[in-house]
Amino acid sequence: MEEKEIEKELPAQQYSLLVKKIRDRFGGAILETTLFRGEITHVVEKGALVGICRFLKHEPDLQFKFLSDVLGVDCRKTLSCFEVVYHLYSIPNKYRLRIKVRVKENEEVPSVTPVWRSADFAERETFDMFGIVFDGHPNLKRIYMPTDWEGYPLRKDYPLTGYKDEYNPFGVEKV
Amino acid sequence: MEDVMSIASNSGDDIITKEVTLNMGPQHPSTHGVMHLILRMQGEKIVKAEPDIGYLHRGMEKIAENLLYSQFVPYTDRLDYLSSMTNNLSYVMAVEKLIGLEIPERAKYIRVIVSELSRISSHLLAVGAWGLDLGAVTLVLYAFREREMILDLFEMLCGARLTYNYMKIGGMRGDLPPGFKEKCRDFIQIFPKRVDEYEQLLTGNRIWLQRNKGVGVISAEDAVDLGLTGPSLRGSGVKWDIRKDTPYLVYDRFDFKVPAGGNGDCFDRYMVRIEEMRQANKIIAQALEQIPDGPVNADAPEFVSPPRKDITTNMEVLIHHFKLISHGFKAPKGEVYSSIEAPKGELGFYIVSDGSEMPFRVKIRAPSFVNLQSVDPMSRGAYFADVVAVISSLDPVFGEVDK
Repeated sequence: MEEKEIEKELPAQQYSLLVKKIRDRFGGAILETTLFRGEITHVVEKGALVGICRFLKHEPDLQFKFLSDVLGVDCRKTLSCFEVVYHLYSIPNKYRLRIKVRVKENEEVPSVTPVWRSADFAERETFDMFGIVFDGHPNLKRIYMPTDWEGYPLRKDYPLTGYKDEYNPFGVEKV
Repeated sequence: MEDVMSIASNSGDDIITKEVTLNMGPQHPSTHGVMHLILRMQGEKIVKAEPDIGYLHRGMEKIAENLLYSQFVPYTDRLDYLSSMTNNLSYVMAVEKLIGLEIPERAKYIRVIVSELSRISSHLLAVGAWGLDLGAVTLVLYAFREREMILDLFEMLCGARLTYNYMKIGGMRGDLPPGFKEKCRDFIQIFPKRVDEYEQLLTGNRIWLQRNKGVGVISAEDAVDLGLTGPSLRGSGVKWDIRKDTPYLVYDRFDFKVPAGGNGDCFDRYMVRIEEMRQANKIIAQALEQIPDGPVNADAPEFVSPPRKDITTNMEVLIHHFKLISHGFKAPKGEVYSSIEAPKGELGFYIVSDGSEMPFRVKIRAPSFVNLQSVDPMSRGAYFADVVAVISSLDPVFGEVDK
């Protein structure tokens, strides 16, 4: 989406704070900005993620002090990468913002646990379900699945019924 | 066992206590489900409390990716099974946002009424079970008396008492049945007096105060940083309620207050829940007063199946209904996040659509899951018995934690 289109659709204040300000400040690190149903998404460069997050949290007129969620999306078919999505909320300003980073398989993402402690469980869940490693996470291990589980269930190539073993006779045979 | 023996055998002036690891759960009456808490303790004091979850993991998000949009609604009932209505609401609202569907006024009011009733029933169980855990057994019996009345009301609406599946994309499965309004009015008339009764049992009770005041304290700043939402966040004095701050449905038309605590201890979280029940009662009273007549389903044939009457009389309508149920509808390509103030906190659904009939990715932002992170900071340095109060004050439901 073009920046001009976004400007037209958003209220002026939201546009200047959530789109223009961030884009001006970080320039090339913001790879893409989209607007869908009034929700702003910034796709950012992996290396700049923690810096952007710190800025969003501490900037006085943004104050994204609340990290709602971290999650993964398996886009390997269309974009040949995983997306890690961060949902932020600013309690005093009532803004929501979505930040995304794209990572190739076997690439690491810097952890945002030093910025928001609430990222702890959410990043562990993303690791558990997609196998995305968060660099700098204090306690990165599986959260839902048993520690010795093989494979990452929410990846698109993982079968819905799981793999066949002694406990799961209805699973798919492993190739 | 060895650890315990070594403590027991220590004698003399300088008793060296060795750190003991205690497994609390997964089968334990006061962990509210199948939570496994690994407690590292120095004597009776907690050094670290680590929740170990996943015993109820069913892979809801994977299931959602393989179903039509409308087929996932019954699954949401099984998230926070103590207030299925709000789970339904959050999911259908996310899908409606994705497809850009506006629902009729009457449906909005019905949604408000049922989700506030749900809030009351969920808080009743939260406070009741909390009392049970701390030895005030009477309260849970009192709370269940009123919860029963709410479940009766829900049974009138949809025939179910636990997993309602009452909302559908674009509206409701049925209108309010005759007699519902009167029965609901009877309930809201009685209920404030019943809340006074609970307060009489607990609020001034010395044991209750000693077990809860100053226990599990968390500052407002930490609470936000840890991602706490709902009554647990407001107990620390942060007045963030999605119903008030970014109103959805018709919440902006009602007069209600958002209660908040000051100390951020278990007692504040208890008081917030008690007051929220009173406020929810007020909202229901206003909604019953204002509710307009009209349809309960959006007039959008591509998303909402036609009324039953037409299906049985018109062949084309029957074919359309069949196609909609078996093939579903295509959602536009894009991604939405929609969240509501569920009884436990912010319940959000993030849906990514690739333009097909099935969601490409559904992420459930479950409040209990995120809230559980604060068990550790809340119980560090406290006594073992306080952990029980801390868990109860967070009110986790494991259908939701484990998804």
